[in-house]
Amino acid sequence: MRVPVSWLREFVDAPETLAPAELHAALVRVGLEEEAIHSFGLEGPIVVGQVLEFVDEPQSNGKTIRWCQVDVGTLRDGGSATSSGTEAAAGGRDIRGIVCGAQNFVVGDKVVVTLPGSVLPGPFPIAARTTYGHVSDGMIASARELGLGDEHDGILRLAELGLDPEVGADALPLLGLDDWAVEVNITPDRGYALSIRGIAREYSHATGATFRDPALAVASPSRRPSASSGSEPAPLPEERGARLEGSNPVPVTLADDAPIRGKQGCSLFVTRVVRDVDPTRPTPAWMIARLALAGIRSISLVVDISNYVMIELGQPLHAYDLDAIRGGIVVRRAHKGERITTLDDHERSLDPEDLLITDDEGPIGIAGVMGGARTENGSSTRTVLIEAANFDPVSIARSARRHRLPSEASKRFERGVDLAVAEPAATRAAELLVELAGGVADAHVWQVGAISEREAIALPAGFVNSIIGAGFTEPETVDSLSAIGAAVTATSDGYSVVPPSWRPDLRDAADLAEEVARIVGYDRIPAVLPTAPPGRGLTREQRLRRSVAQVLAANGHTEVMAYPFVSEPQLSQFGVTAAAIELANPLDGAAPYLRTSLLPGLVTAAQRNLSRGLVDLSLFEIGSVFLPDASALAKEVTLPPGAQRPTDAQLTALNDSIPLQPTKIAALILGDVIAKQPGQPAVVAGLADALAAVDMAAAALGMMLTTRAAEVNGLHPGRTAAVFSGDVQVGFAGEVLPSLALDLDLPKRVAVMELDLSLLLDLAPREVSSHPIATLPAATQDVSLVVADAVTAGAVLAAFTAGAGELLEHARLVDDYRGSGVEPGTKSLTFALRFRATDRTLTAAEATEAKLAGVAAAAKECGAVIRD
Amino acid sequence: MPDPTPITEHAVTEAKNAALAALSAASTLAEMKAARSAHVGDGSPLAKLNGELRNVPGDLKAAAGKLVGEARAAVARAFQVREAELAAIEEAAQLAAEAVDVTAVPRTWSPGARHPLNLLMEQIGDIFIGMGWEVAEGPELENEWFNFDALNTDADHPARSEQDTFFVEPVSSRLVLRSQTSPVQIRSLLTRELPVYVVAPGKVFRKDELDATHTPVFHQVEGIAIDRGLTMAHLRGTLEHFARLMFGQEAKIRLRPNFFPFTEPSAEMDVWQPNAKGGARWIEWGGCGMVNRNVLRAAGIDPDEYQGFAFGMGIERTLMFRNEQLKDMRDMVEGDIRFSQQFGMVV
Repeated sequence: MRVPVSWLREFVDAPETLAPAELHAALVRVGLEEEAIHSFGLEGPIVVGQVLEFVDEPQSNGKTIRWCQVDVGTLRDGGSATSSGTEAAAGGRDIRGIVCGAQNFVVGDKVVVTLPGSVLPGPFPIAARTTYGHVSDGMIASARELGLGDEHDGILRLAELGLDPEVGADALPLLGLDDWAVEVNITPDRGYALSIRGIAREYSHATGATFRDPALAVASPSRRPSASSGSEPAPLPEERGARLEGSNPVPVTLADDAPIRGKQGCSLFVTRVVRDVDPTRPTPAWMIARLALAGIRSISLVVDISNYVMIELGQPLHAYDLDAIRGGIVVRRAHKGERITTLDDHERSLDPEDLLITDDEGPIGIAGVMGGARTENGSSTRTVLIEAANFDPVSIARSARRHRLPSEASKRFERGVDLAVAEPAATRAAELLVELAGGVADAHVWQVGAISEREAIALPAGFVNSIIGAGFTEPETVDSLSAIGAAVTATSDGYSVVPPSWRPDLRDAADLAEEVARIVGYDRIPAVLPTAPPGRGLTREQRLRRSVAQVLAANGHTEVMAYPFVSEPQLSQFGVTAAAIELANPLDGAAPYLRTSLLPGLVTAAQRNLSRGLVDLSLFEIGSVFLPDASALAKEVTLPPGAQRPTDAQLTALNDSIPLQPTKIAALILGDVIAKQPGQPAVVAGLADALAAVDMAAAALGMMLTTRAAEVNGLHPGRTAAVFSGDVQVGFAGEVLPSLALDLDLPKRVAVMELDLSLLLDLAPREVSSHPIATLPAATQDVSLVVADAVTAGAVLAAFTAGAGELLEHARLVDDYRGSGVEPGTKSLTFALRFRATDRTLTAAEATEAKLAGVAAAAKECGAVIRD
Repeated sequence: MPDPTPITEHAVTEAKNAALAALSAASTLAEMKAARSAHVGDGSPLAKLNGELRNVPGDLKAAAGKLVGEARAAVARAFQVREAELAAIEEAAQLAAEAVDVTAVPRTWSPGARHPLNLLMEQIGDIFIGMGWEVAEGPELENEWFNFDALNTDADHPARSEQDTFFVEPVSSRLVLRSQTSPVQIRSLLTRELPVYVVAPGKVFRKDELDATHTPVFHQVEGIAIDRGLTMAHLRGTLEHFARLMFGQEAKIRLRPNFFPFTEPSAEMDVWQPNAKGGARWIEWGGCGMVNRNVLRAAGIDPDEYQGFAFGMGIERTLMFRNEQLKDMRDMVEGDIRFSQQFGMVV
């Protein structure tokens, strides 16, 4: 909402010296967020000039310029000494020679002259300059150059605006160009603040300045209910005029037979007729200037007036050409297949939910959104029908969204328009049509529908302080509520508060508490630190997840946080993915799926780093993946209402509708893990590094994970391991298939791992199983076992360890030998062994006995033969 | 008459001097070892003289013993001193030979990094843990009821449009990528015993195209406290404490009236940044307010007995306020390792 300050001053007393920042600060205090400051960006001297004479001078470029002599008033001190036009000082007049490209003026026209030293928006400083062989001592301005509109075909002739000012007068105040506006953001609950009236009221709340309600200032015409009405007319307040005889020239019927969410689409429809208008009259400059500052382009006098009243009072209006309306007006929902051509000349197909204004021939407007072209007022319009209606916010919001027509009108209706301002707005528009367009207003204003009474809200004594905790006094509470326009009456246990008609957002005591705090000031709220009950700290899962991330980062891995959106090819990049959850409205149509693995995100991050010259990468991410559950997705879920606890069964159903989202951890390593350095050859990333990342994660969780050879889609069949905790597979590690790496623009050797962290957290020990440390001497031995090539070291070690029994404290593979002395097709695996007993010093014979038991087991399980 | 004893002063001195001469001729530990063997070891003149002592008659034994003992002790001492000297020389030589350029020693460890957004969320969690609160979590893909209806967001609220929120196919499944972390608050209220004091940091999703100031996937922390007698004063107290720990002791909080469906009264919170580039100023940090009674009702809580406050702020924004040189949201989401590595393990 943009608020021209001159307009604001009409309804509230603001100091003469009020600066934009001060106005912003005042409005911020009452909850209107500051957005911007607007002005015309003009600096004088910009004055009224009169064209005394001109010579048309055709140019070689085909253009004809006019070399003009322009009277810009009496000579002023420091006036142009460089004037090279007609010698000045004829009778003390300041006559300037000015080159002008426009042709739309005659001698004697009064125009706006920007003299040297003035500045136009841009900023574009004006100086005397040589052009087309003359020194042009200023410029004759067009409306667009002044910020008064789009007109740039010719210069602005003041007579067109109905102005005949004194030559030499300052043009800025004359045209309202010295005004400025602040822009504030209006929250959706405060529709009334989308008006000068509302902002003036808020300024008065913020500063205590006197507010004059423009809706009350409008002179009351005689008013009567519409002759043909869909609902009972509201009783007319006495002071608003008496019932008059006569018939409504355009009977109105409210006929919403399909209310949305049980609410009638139109609750109030006020009309007023103004006859014999001259729509070709100019919109006065002050109105154009205010509308421009408010962000609205001047279109025509009739349209400008309806916009002006909307900005001033917050009531959207529509001005129909009455003579184009056939029969009476019916407000109803659209019929299936119905179409309308709107004011913007677009033909639109209507939805049965659209609320329409119709006449005997069909739609003449989408209610509250945009009028129709057929009844649009134009230059030949003589009789104007003003509509000031009140429409259901939800209905308007849906139509505006459906037709992608967020208009100034719909913006206001969506937030709720003051029911009581419809009639003053219609009247104000009629007054302006009379005053500015020469029309004659019908004596009657017609109203269909009713202004419903607001229900009183019970505000228990002490309630405000129980919510706000600021120690507001009872008078502060009452005064604040009175100030916002509520009627406050004391009751036995507090107050009964009737909110004003323009505050549909005030519905319960908490709303009133906010108003009191807002008006007295949020700054009054003290700071008190609450005491929470003793907490339990982070959960086990939270601690362990952090620990995993810290360990990986401490060991050279860099954490990234990728988007979860993936494409179809990415879905099956690694691992087997049967299906994925698809977004109904993805940002990128090429990536509509939710990730089932973190690896595609790491690949994308790796590609980006590589493209930026970062070629040694060790990336990891911990994040959710989304696993589809086809049967759950297929179910149609009914949402329970808000504001009440769903039943346990409903809650279970809601939770069952949500797909599994386990947390995974993945790593991707490529390039050198150790860079080449003096005395240190480069170590290139490989499966070992992926497994190291697995081990780190496991260590952080207090787990031992084991590996088995495995095949995983997209990974090297000979360099991929399934990772197990006991017999449960928890993930995989491997090298990317070289051909896939090539396709992905990655180097040939890329190591990856991915583990189901949620599963690991389930499996990880809850407590550490600890033992006393044996301090007796250890016996160390080696053993070499010959097995077939295909037998894995892991299998041999497992068998040996099981066979060797409790005395074997530690066993580690130290060598894999193939070659002379070992049969082809076999290999010799050497393990370093450490034996220890907890109760005695072990003899060599005992250690050997245990070793041979291990060998026997390995022989049985793996066909191992001890190598002497 | 027995042979006169060979233990004469002359013989002892000669043997001693010969030993000391051999010692001083030795310039390495190995040469010294040979000298020791020749002049101190078995069969050396001094050892032989020592062996003769048993033949010395009783009355002369003491004097001869003293003579030989002193000589042997002097020689042993000299060897000991010299050995230490030579050992030191040889060690120094070895150390000198082993010296390396410490600025060029190969490094086999290279630094990794946490993502600063995660570090910041963890730090925020710790701040509230320190106040006795707990850190709550919930699913990122949520049912609409938790994300909207329970939070008093009307069925026609613009946030529920496909322009703002990500919906899942088919739409009848009523699943959305959560547009705020507030559904975690509802879940906490539904499942925990009162009073509840929880913060929920996490990932949220809105349909904004990625640019310097927007990202469709971003992070929030929200907090909710429901207890008896909580007021906006407690809200301000909590926020001020939090702001000081986030931004320094000079941080201040300003509340401005605002509107959110899930709180009433609602406020926008600004934080005073005395050290902001371009001068001290208020910056918009997040939204907050007293939990709307309808939200409590949705969680089965009697709003006449319990009430409380809630607040929420963006993690990306918070990081940008703390590190004013971060200007572009894209750096936070693209996974360029240089972004996280400038933070390393610290935020």
